Amino acid sequence: MGFNFQSTWAIYTRELMRALRTAFQSILAPVLTTSLYFIVFGAAIGGRMPDLGGVDYGAFIVPGLLLLTLLSESTSNASFGIYMPRFTGTIYELLSAPVGVAETLVGFVGAAATKSLILAAIILTTATLFVDYSIAHPFLAVGYIMLVAASFSLFGFILGIWADSFEKLGIIPQLILLPLTFLGGTFYSIDMLPDPWRTAALFNPIVYLVSGLRWTFYGSADVNIWVSFGLTVGFLAVCVGIIAFIFKTGWRLRA
Amino acid sequence: MSETILEIEGLTKTYPGGLKALDNVDLSIRKGEIFALLGPNGAGKTTLIGAVCGLVRPSAGTMRVFGEDLATNWRAARARIGLVPQELSTDMFEQVDRAVAYSRGLFGLRSDPARIEEILRSLSLWDKRKEQIRALSGGMKRRVLIAKALAHEPDLLFLDEPTAGVDVELRRDMWKLIGAMRERGVTIILTTHYIEEAEEMADRVGVIRQGRILMVDDKSALMSRLGRTEAIISLVEPLAELPASVAALPVTLTQDGRQICYRGGDGSGKGKAEVAALTKALTHAGIDFDGIDIHESSLEDIFVDLVEEREAGAA
Ligand SMILES: Nc1ncnc2c1ncn2[C@@H]1O[C@H](COP(=O)(O)OP(=O)(O)O)[C@@H](O)[C@H]1O
Ligand SMILES: [Mg+2]
Repeated sequence: MGFNFQSTWAIYTRELMRALRTAFQSILAPVLTTSLYFIVFGAAIGGRMPDLGGVDYGAFIVPGLLLLTLLSESTSNASFGIYMPRFTGTIYELLSAPVGVAETLVGFVGAAATKSLILAAIILTTATLFVDYSIAHPFLAVGYIMLVAASFSLFGFILGIWADSFEKLGIIPQLILLPLTFLGGTFYSIDMLPDPWRTAALFNPIVYLVSGLRWTFYGSADVNIWVSFGLTVGFLAVCVGIIAFIFKTGWRLRA
Repeated sequence: MSETILEIEGLTKTYPGGLKALDNVDLSIRKGEIFALLGPNGAGKTTLIGAVCGLVRPSAGTMRVFGEDLATNWRAARARIGLVPQELSTDMFEQVDRAVAYSRGLFGLRSDPARIEEILRSLSLWDKRKEQIRALSGGMKRRVLIAKALAHEPDLLFLDEPTAGVDVELRRDMWKLIGAMRERGVTIILTTHYIEEAEEMADRVGVIRQGRILMVDDKSALMSRLGRTEAIISLVEPLAELPASVAALPVTLTQDGRQICYRGGDGSGKGKAEVAALTKALTHAGIDFDGIDIHESSLEDIFVDLVEEREAGAA
């Protein structure tokens, strides 16, 4: 089958360059929002909150906040990355090039995931200005962040192929992803919820992501790390499967 | 006969919704030629190109490029095919030279600034290389698309309506450019709905309508078959029969002898000359006329003729 490194590199670098054109916004915006969250939740409310699982509340919300940005940025970067060429018609070039699903994915999704990782680094750095935190398992944390960034970039890629209008492009992130993230224990431990809600929360997939990342930071979490890890890898695999199917059938790509 | 570079057999495309845009198309393109696919809007030209370039999924048929089956060997084949699309689809915010360099990389070649410079210069884009594409005029945007398609030095180049929406001067430039690419050994398949364009540029012409290839022939043969001149001369007094001096010309007497109808020529100007000779002969014979309506047959007339010919042949 073969893999075209040169093509992949071309796609990857161009996608990153595109982000650089708006580098100022893409860096400043998350720094600003993260700072706001820390001021409101960390400083204003956090002072009145008890420690959670032995972790100071300000530090407790760091992984959740990180995930909040990671999910929305990975999804929107990757979905725009593939939606725009479809919308403007420039996708003809990609379709006529000697590249298949592997090159396209590594190029587009790799670039989207890279952007997310850069963002994660910026957010974690910003966080140090507001709270004291340390990371119990730094390598696992980086690995988990990469896994989440890759999974949601893949998910965004699917959205970008599925959407046939800007409206649809925004609908899933805004109406499903964002609420689930807020309800998924970003700012609280699901142990704090009274029982019917606690059980209900376990049906929210984001809970497992937040919990997994929190475990890599503080060594303890709401759900077992392996369950979190397994579900994330499973999600990634499903996304890859869907994209492979899309390329095989040409759905929404080839007339 | 020279080597075949593209061989299409039984290519059919039915779009979802049932429209048959290509109907059992057979076509073979020779290495090094300029082939014009001539047909009106909606004939299936873009669909045909799309099927070869991977933008359209064929419903049936086989395609062989450079001797290899496209369905199985698409990677190797596509690396050697270039496409300039009909629509001016460009990444508006990208800089010209970067857009062209990207195309080269996308098609699997190492960057080569000297080659990119040569391409940009040959298309008079060198001065504009640092401009964003959106700042360019329509004609210049099309040049950028051509530069992108040439960036990976393809052996087979598709130009989908290269001169649509381009002014006369640019159109001449385009024709020169296409000639220059042929000199370099690139095989070119272009589509057009202008007879003159096919005539100006192509070695061979294929006529397509409603998804069917009606005929494929050398340009000169095609033009002599298709390039008809029709002239209708209105006579002041009806004639009973034509004078002997015009009998050698393809003329008939119509409208109860009140009109002389000429149909002939081969697209080379012979028709007009014969009509001039005809009017002189009429004047000489003392036959007065008060009107001449002369026109070259349109693409549509030609299609009607070809379809009638085919149907007559099939019956
Ligand atoms: N994606 C599509 N879906 C449905 N019908 C299409 C599509 N693309 C083209 N067609 C139809 O197929 C026919 C051939 O179109 P096309 O190949 O673009 O013709 P041409 O390039 O000769 O103008 C037209 O009737 C057109 O409306
Ligand atoms: Mg067309």
